[in-house]
Amino acid sequence: MTKQEALGKYLLRLADTNLILGQRLAEWCGTGPFLEEDLAMTNISLDLFGTAEALLKYACEVEGKGRTADELTFRRPEREFTNILLVEQPNVDFGATILRQLFVDAFDYYHYSELSKSSDPIIAGVAAKASKETTYHLRHSESWVIRLGDGTEESHQRMQNALNELWRFTDEQFEMNEVDAMLIEERIAVDLAPIKAKWLEKVIPVLSEATLQIPENTFMQRGGREGKHSEHFGFLLAEMHYIPRAYPDATW
Amino acid sequence: MVTTLDKEGIIEVLRSIPDPEIPVINIDELGILRDVILTGDHVEVVITPTYSGCPAMTQIESDIRAKLHEHGIDNIVVRMTYQPAWTTDWMSEEAKEKLRKYGISPPGRMHNAIVPLVVDSVVCPHCGSFQTAVVSEFGSTACKALYQCQDCKEPFDYFKSI
Ligand SMILES: [Zn+2]
Repeated sequence: MTKQEALGKYLLRLADTNLILGQRLAEWCGTGPFLEEDLAMTNISLDLFGTAEALLKYACEVEGKGRTADELTFRRPEREFTNILLVEQPNVDFGATILRQLFVDAFDYYHYSELSKSSDPIIAGVAAKASKETTYHLRHSESWVIRLGDGTEESHQRMQNALNELWRFTDEQFEMNEVDAMLIEERIAVDLAPIKAKWLEKVIPVLSEATLQIPENTFMQRGGREGKHSEHFGFLLAEMHYIPRAYPDATW
Repeated sequence: MVTTLDKEGIIEVLRSIPDPEIPVINIDELGILRDVILTGDHVEVVITPTYSGCPAMTQIESDIRAKLHEHGIDNIVVRMTYQPAWTTDWMSEEAKEKLRKYGISPPGRMHNAIVPLVVDSVVCPHCGSFQTAVVSEFGSTACKALYQCQDCKEPFDYFKSI
């Protein structure tokens, strides 16, 4: 693997996680529990799409085959997406959506802050911008997790169910492979081990304030980095790809 | 090119383009317009999005092309930059006053600090009261949050500092 190939894979991985979570949050458009949260979900979704687009454009440049960000979004098959499994998990209810968001927001918060010092100026620029936006996302998800976890019997139970279901997808965020090794050496990517420590330091007290119990002896799921997805992903792509596949090459 | 405009002249023309979502301020006052570069055969306009996913950027690009076209400039390159990241500190005091009169509480100064993990204290744009509460961290557009004044009871938009 050349440095160029590693960079391409790295950019796709970052972009895909943003893209797929953006798609999931967009499912709340018009169906939010109330107007303000409908707006919040779609605003956060837009931030994620924007970050994904910037990274995909750069990935296309690095790839040098003349593909566009839209082609990467709408014409790749399932196995070529390398997002983490957490972001493709179904919304279930508002509680599960907001807990998934806390896990991602807390990761993004520390990760982008480090990545904004990347030796690659484009990655550094995108990360610096995303880092500021993520702070607002994290403020939002953190306060909701506490309100709902330490809320009514019903909201507490739903949050605990969500935690039992989603905790096993959290460790994949910190997974590193030869792509990371190569790019960390160039100071393009960042070491995710210290990010994991900060993430735990942030998330555990929030869950505890929310009176939620982290499930024990969890077998951590993985596979996204190699394009091995959960059963939900095909349905997500089918919806995301429907219009461009029904009307190929249509333009606005 | 049939225009006789220099860089300053072009910037002046572009200042007549309002932000599509907050029409009381223009794209220069908002800090979206970053630079104008004149080369031998074309004009390059550099813009930056407020938020990464700002859906108004395509509209703004087409407004820029249309406005320059009116002034005889057709060879235009609109380039999007992400660095340095947009900050509300680029807004002038005058622009903030326009926001306030429009009913939007303007952003406070960031001084390049990072966005804090606590909710901002915000002044009511209607009565000037500090007794305000956040209703939602996300308002009608990505750049705004929804607040309500405890004194005059009016709900209002707050332009988030970032
Ligand atoms: Zn008031």
